Amino acid sequence: MHFAVLQFPASNCDQDAVYALRRLGHTAELVWHKVATLEQAAAVIVPGGFSYGDYLRTGAIARFSPVMQALQTFAANGGLVLGICNGFQILCEAHLLPGALVRNRSLQFRCEQIFLRTATGDSPFTCRIPADRPLRLPVAHGEGCYYADDATLTELAANHQILWQYCDARGELTDDASPNGSLRNIAGICNAQRNVAGLMPHPERACEPLLGSEDGCLIFASMIHTLERRAAGLGSPSR
Amino acid sequence: MADPTITPELVRKHNLTLEEYARLREILGREPSYTELGIFSVMWSEHCSYKNTKPLLRTFPTRSPRVLVGAGEENAGILDIGDGLAIAFKIESHNHPSAVEPFQGAATGVGGIIRDIFTMGARPVCAMDSLRFGELSEPEVRRLFGGVVAGIAHYGNCFGIPTIGGEVYFDKSYEGNPLVNVFCLGVLRHEQIARGAAKGIGNPVFYVGPATGRDGLAGAAFASQDLTEESAEQQRGAVQVGDPFMEKLVCEACLELLATGAVAGIQDMGAAGLTCSTCETAARAGTGIEIELSRVPQRAPNMTPYEIMLSESQERMLIIVQRGREAEVQRIFEKWDLPWSEIGTVTDTGRMVVKHHGRVVADIPARQIASESPVYEREAREPGYLAAVRAFTLAGVPDTQDPGADLKALLGWPVIASKNWVYRQYDYMVRNNSLVCPGSDAAVLRLKPDSLPPLRVPEPEQPFEKYLALTTDGNAVLVYLDAYEGGKAVVVEAARNLACAGARPLGLTDNLNYANPHDPERFWQLRESVRGLAEACRALRIPVTGGNCSLYNQSPAGPIDPTPTVAMVGLIDRPEHITTQWFKDEGDAILLLGEPVNFADPLQGLGGSGYLQVVRGLKTGTPPQCDLEQAQALHEALHSLICSGRVKSAHDCSEGGLLVCLAEGCLSQNLARHTSRLIGATVDLRLAIPAAVVDRITAEYLEEQLAPGSTAASPAVDSAPGPAGAARGEPVVDAGSAAAESAPELVRLDALLFGETQSRVVITCAAEDATMMIQRARLLGVPARRLGTVGGDELAVQAAAGRWSWPVAELHELWWHSLGRAMG
Repeated sequence: MHFAVLQFPASNCDQDAVYALRRLGHTAELVWHKVATLEQAAAVIVPGGFSYGDYLRTGAIARFSPVMQALQTFAANGGLVLGICNGFQILCEAHLLPGALVRNRSLQFRCEQIFLRTATGDSPFTCRIPADRPLRLPVAHGEGCYYADDATLTELAANHQILWQYCDARGELTDDASPNGSLRNIAGICNAQRNVAGLMPHPERACEPLLGSEDGCLIFASMIHTLERRAAGLGSPSR
Repeated sequence: MADPTITPELVRKHNLTLEEYARLREILGREPSYTELGIFSVMWSEHCSYKNTKPLLRTFPTRSPRVLVGAGEENAGILDIGDGLAIAFKIESHNHPSAVEPFQGAATGVGGIIRDIFTMGARPVCAMDSLRFGELSEPEVRRLFGGVVAGIAHYGNCFGIPTIGGEVYFDKSYEGNPLVNVFCLGVLRHEQIARGAAKGIGNPVFYVGPATGRDGLAGAAFASQDLTEESAEQQRGAVQVGDPFMEKLVCEACLELLATGAVAGIQDMGAAGLTCSTCETAARAGTGIEIELSRVPQRAPNMTPYEIMLSESQERMLIIVQRGREAEVQRIFEKWDLPWSEIGTVTDTGRMVVKHHGRVVADIPARQIASESPVYEREAREPGYLAAVRAFTLAGVPDTQDPGADLKALLGWPVIASKNWVYRQYDYMVRNNSLVCPGSDAAVLRLKPDSLPPLRVPEPEQPFEKYLALTTDGNAVLVYLDAYEGGKAVVVEAARNLACAGARPLGLTDNLNYANPHDPERFWQLRESVRGLAEACRALRIPVTGGNCSLYNQSPAGPIDPTPTVAMVGLIDRPEHITTQWFKDEGDAILLLGEPVNFADPLQGLGGSGYLQVVRGLKTGTPPQCDLEQAQALHEALHSLICSGRVKSAHDCSEGGLLVCLAEGCLSQNLARHTSRLIGATVDLRLAIPAAVVDRITAEYLEEQLAPGSTAASPAVDSAPGPAGAARGEPVVDAGSAAAESAPELVRLDALLFGETQSRVVITCAAEDATMMIQRARLLGVPARRLGTVGGDELAVQAAAGRWSWPVAELHELWWHSLGRAMG
């Protein structure tokens, strides 16, 4: 499967996404933000980093890049889009995902391993993740506190759009388990159409034993599984 | 606006002596212009010229077969790591700016060192920080510490470089004058080494990066004088503001540009900005350079030539382009949306000529200003306080009454406590290469194809992996108490940390942080500790590839402790050899390599120890001797054991001594947020008597056993005669009755538990491998003995004086949260 990894000025996890995907046996290419087409891609990764220095607000300037217009079309046509960290922030700014990511409640950047509960297997991003198994993934962000109004949160929950929540080692959703103070411990969500998702943790940093965790592979494996089923003319899978 | 008239007062304000001014006139053959005076003042500041330290720096070994670019040649040294690959690394200080404005001071320190690395053509792939602050009970210290850490985090995280290691010490001497030393390492292919030389007569000179403002005016000169209330206030404007986003673009654009082959020379505008970069590039190439200041992009209106030349606005580069290839350069800068301007040309005059709207404002022989700065042999005198340090004995210090309380005090001491409050603010994982993250003796970084700078024509990727171990070290208390031995100990500790990670050292970069060199006692500290550093480097065959000197680190509160910090880099041959410090499995054997106590040391390793500082409130005593042969033997033996594949963990014994080392083995494996993997240990330190003594006892025992008619001897340990030290006539505790005592009781309990005798490492291995490991270590000339076993949920210690145990969860709580609690 061919992945496009968007590259904004000061994206800095772009190479990591390409590396992880290639290591899993797929092809992946960087797509410069001034490019206005994504025709070649089976799926798009919006990677982490500090696009445009995160000036103004995280992701606020990146959403105006030419490639983001192409991404809107790609997503509208049902293409799979995964935003990681800064990518999640950009997708929220671009209104491809609801809500916003604000400053961590600690007011500090946080880099550490966290545990993640997968709230639903019913999405192209979670269908291959075993239920009840907390994933161990790294986070590294200063503005990862998910925020949305009550109506949005209710809707997200009702539609099972909350994909991942911070939990402790036993899988419990405790306040302490969240590195940023997100509402409802939200770490990642998808859109109502379920083809666009974003999360703050970094699955691309957890795809090989040498780096201490391979749990990130499960998210990419879910996307691949979905794409393969689509290619075979089957419907979207669920766990 | 007319330039001010040059008066002796103005010369002094520029930190130049009247003698230096006379030399300047001699070089020019006339009176300097105001702009020229400014240029000389920064070029001849300590920061740029090393005028007080050059003779000392020459004593460092700087060569090895791996050195491709040596110390002082370029912006950073470069070492061969095999397979056509090389690493460039360097450490640099940003002490004074951080004292004045901690966030931006530290942030721009990171920016500056990253530029030094990509200027060499290398892709920056990791950073480390070595920090020193006063005591955290002071609100101002907390403000500085918090600001510096946030500044490093801001710049490094945004740039996308993992800050993978570092160290922090807290000591009263740094109150008012914190130290912020930042290290960066980059990777490149041999043929990608770029030079900071203005080569090729007629080549155009490009300015790249953001516009020049009045920020950072004469920062290099500011860094080269004592820090006072007044100077800090005056120089608040001298602290630059960093923009890591811009740096990331400049870095990527420069690496892309270097790949085209259109670049003849490249140099960052760091200290002394445009002045230093133009002058040094011309001096290195033996050419001249002519620039027109009106073409320099400017952020503020009506900037004078003096201001433009001395500005230290950040993220700017000077690039000398092969004539005829300007369009390629422009295309790349436009791709990255970077401001650029062609500001001059390379000439054959050997002179640096600066024009402003066509008028010559400076005309200086480049080589003479860059490389013929004055050099001083400063007066040195042994500091008076050392007499009392040497006279200190343990006679008035009662042995520990409560080892548990002392252990807990040490684990909670900010110097020893976990630094997670610091490193959790740094993205230490970006780039997918951090194999051992902060929290072990050394960090381990992998290099892979995407660690390299781009090629002109992308080639099919040749997969490769290399593994580097990195550490920064510098226990300044030891240097303060014995500059020479302490200097050796700094290098040795770094090498020991690398050995614990499974690496062999490749080279080191040093940052010499000292007080005012005009004070003979301060200069003596500098001279003696450099002698120790250099000797250790020679003995361990580790070349110094470059570094930085930061003098004048004193505030009205007094001088800092002499603080040489070193960042050392080593190579690990295979991923299986990567070793971490934490205990692994229940039932594993715990072994000590090295002597538990050095009986030749009257203070038994307690001089300068964390224990004396924390528990007794004493910062005194002659520190443990640092035997370089022993150190080398230990590192070699440890490496050999690790290569056997049987070592499960290795942890260096340093601050806090053996008991803290053991505790850290139990506590330091962190799996995730609020999830540490704790494991207990049971050790018996009654066996911990010198190997020489054990050997003698064994020999005597065997002799007795074999002697005709002998009766069975009592257990060997209990019948031990006097210790080795006593046998050599060294005074030990109660030496008179030494022979009558059993050996373990001759060791003070506090010295056994908390002494900081050099060259010791605690390792673990499967129980069945223990005997083989001990024999192998002894064969390699290193004392080795089993201390105990990993397992349970307590750290339990048996010594001659009693038995103690502590729940590891309780120890972890103190150690892990101490720094966070102190910061509120």
